[in-house]
Amino acid sequence: MTAAPPERPGRATRTDTVWARLKRSRPAMIGLGLVVFFVLLAVLAPVFAALTGNSPYAYNPELLAPDTAPAGPLGGMSAQHWFGVEPRTGRDLFAIVSYGAQVSLLIGLAATLVSVIVGVAIGLIAGFYGHLADRLLSRFTDIVFGFPFLIFAIALSATVPASFPRPLLLILVIGFFGWPPVARVVRSETLSLKERGFVRAAAAQGTSSARILVREILPNLAATIIVFTTVSIPGKIGAEAALSFLGVGVNPPTPSWGRSISDAISWVQVDPMYLIFPGMALFLVTLGFNMFGDGLRDALDPTAGQGPDRSADRSPDRGPDTPKIDPMSAGGQP
Amino acid sequence: MNRVKFAASRILGAVVVLIIIAAACFAIFYLMPTNPAQLSCGKPCSPERLAEVEAYLGVDQSWWKQLFDFLAGIIGGRTFGEGAAAIHCNAPCFGYSFRLRDSVTNLILQRLPITVSLTLGAAVLWAIGGIAAGLIAALRRGRFTDSAVMGAAITGISAPTYLLGLLGVLLFGFTLNVLPIGGYVPLTENPLMWAFHLILPWIVLAIANGAIYARLTRGQMLDVLSQDYIRTARAKGLSETFVVGKHGLRNLVVPLTTLFAIDIGGLLGGAVITEKVFALGGVGTLLLESVSSLDIQVIVGVTLFAAAVVIVANLLADLSYSILDPRIGARA
Repeated sequence: MTAAPPERPGRATRTDTVWARLKRSRPAMIGLGLVVFFVLLAVLAPVFAALTGNSPYAYNPELLAPDTAPAGPLGGMSAQHWFGVEPRTGRDLFAIVSYGAQVSLLIGLAATLVSVIVGVAIGLIAGFYGHLADRLLSRFTDIVFGFPFLIFAIALSATVPASFPRPLLLILVIGFFGWPPVARVVRSETLSLKERGFVRAAAAQGTSSARILVREILPNLAATIIVFTTVSIPGKIGAEAALSFLGVGVNPPTPSWGRSISDAISWVQVDPMYLIFPGMALFLVTLGFNMFGDGLRDALDPTAGQGPDRSADRSPDRGPDTPKIDPMSAGGQP
Repeated sequence: MNRVKFAASRILGAVVVLIIIAAACFAIFYLMPTNPAQLSCGKPCSPERLAEVEAYLGVDQSWWKQLFDFLAGIIGGRTFGEGAAAIHCNAPCFGYSFRLRDSVTNLILQRLPITVSLTLGAAVLWAIGGIAAGLIAALRRGRFTDSAVMGAAITGISAPTYLLGLLGVLLFGFTLNVLPIGGYVPLTENPLMWAFHLILPWIVLAIANGAIYARLTRGQMLDVLSQDYIRTARAKGLSETFVVGKHGLRNLVVPLTTLFAIDIGGLLGGAVITEKVFALGGVGTLLLESVSSLDIQVIVGVTLFAAAVVIVANLLADLSYSILDPRIGARA
């Protein structure tokens, strides 16, 4: 038991080790760099727009050839229009990509937040209270998990009244279908945590169950929750882009990478740059989050070797997430 | 006996989930503030036609009567309207499209071969390719091959299928001009042309999904290879091929079956995107067309159908576990 890490190490030391491990992982650092780059791109989008005088909403028909493709080579790239312009409208493609980063990151992060909050709450309650609560919530999780998300999201966005704000709808829909994996992992970890010595000690002292959940169990789930949050961001960003690609995402003229890629289908032969720039932006931000998330998971739990995939928590009875019961947990814990 | 009980409880559970999903779909789509008759009527919609559709759908009825009719239609078929204008929709009736003048069940069945051809072909590719890549990476752990395979995998996971698809169309279709840029030829008509038209979509779908299999396989394999009984097997002098093939692979069967069931269940979702990129008129395209024309009966029908596919796939996976791994059935 000396080999096992302390149950609740001091916050500062732990953060330091994690950061040191992260820094040693080159993929994680590249991923972090990509993420920071796109966050800056999104935050600074208005600054770039002010500097270049290009708005993502301003039409520039004078930059288009008679066939409405951008005039000039490489999609009309120039010192004024770094990524060229959009076919048919002549809008600045750099402005579209940078403002698109705002939309993508905002919806992706907000949807992740929704799914993590819901998932943690449901997982904690199911795992801690057990019995009927667990059975009902686990069944509910199964049902939501089994829902064909994309199909349902398409159907829903077609029938929700147009007066409902689109970004909010996307956040809720994507967030609501994203929580089951979080709930499952949180549940199974809570199940094993509540048998641990320090939780039982707290219960024996008469601590209320709400206080045990918040003060004893939740802090021990922090690493898991952080990893799950990070690895699920790219999926959420991808979901927004996919829905926009399918024409049921944010409404035009709000810039969106997914919709630009969809519009690029009919221009791919004439103006491939119109596909390349938004497409690469989406690919690189997803790659960045995936690489950083992988590194973070390894840094927080060097023994795990799983991918950020949907399967990590699926097997009903003995999945890879099956909690490893610590034989020493019955005693000797703080 | 235990196994039969296990199977029965899983099947019962699946049926209950299906009914709940059907009721939820009904509630969400039919009880929306938007008038379903208005939506089913299509555009343009004259007032006479709207009244006609309203009467057909029975939206003047109370909600529980509507829900009952809806569920009963799935089980026993239903008839819209009365008298000479009545339209009968055979069981299982997922609804009737007044725009396409056909039952949703028929519409789905007509387009299903395209979606199935697309997904099953890709599934074969990604399962074989992904598992093989994951095994190679696990056996070459820490070496260049491992990093290369895992680097390719994370790239594959991060690249959206539609981006890969469009780049593929751009490269192989337009620039090199060696592959068709879309379209579908039925297998029964010309198997060679069928495969020729689908090869690019298959590869594109296989890259994204195969990457996930590669990562799962590698992780599981490394996990297994670090177990004591593997060390024992090696110490006994068994060949490495036998150790990996017999003791190692066995442990991959359950997690991989789970993943495969999820993917097959989710095939419709992925197909919506791929069908759009490659202009394949499958079930996904049917859904997108119905969305743009607000044909709610088809929208709900396809959603329910997709949910049913997911549930059946998961059920089959659940049932197969008890055969693949006897410990599971015994414990349930």
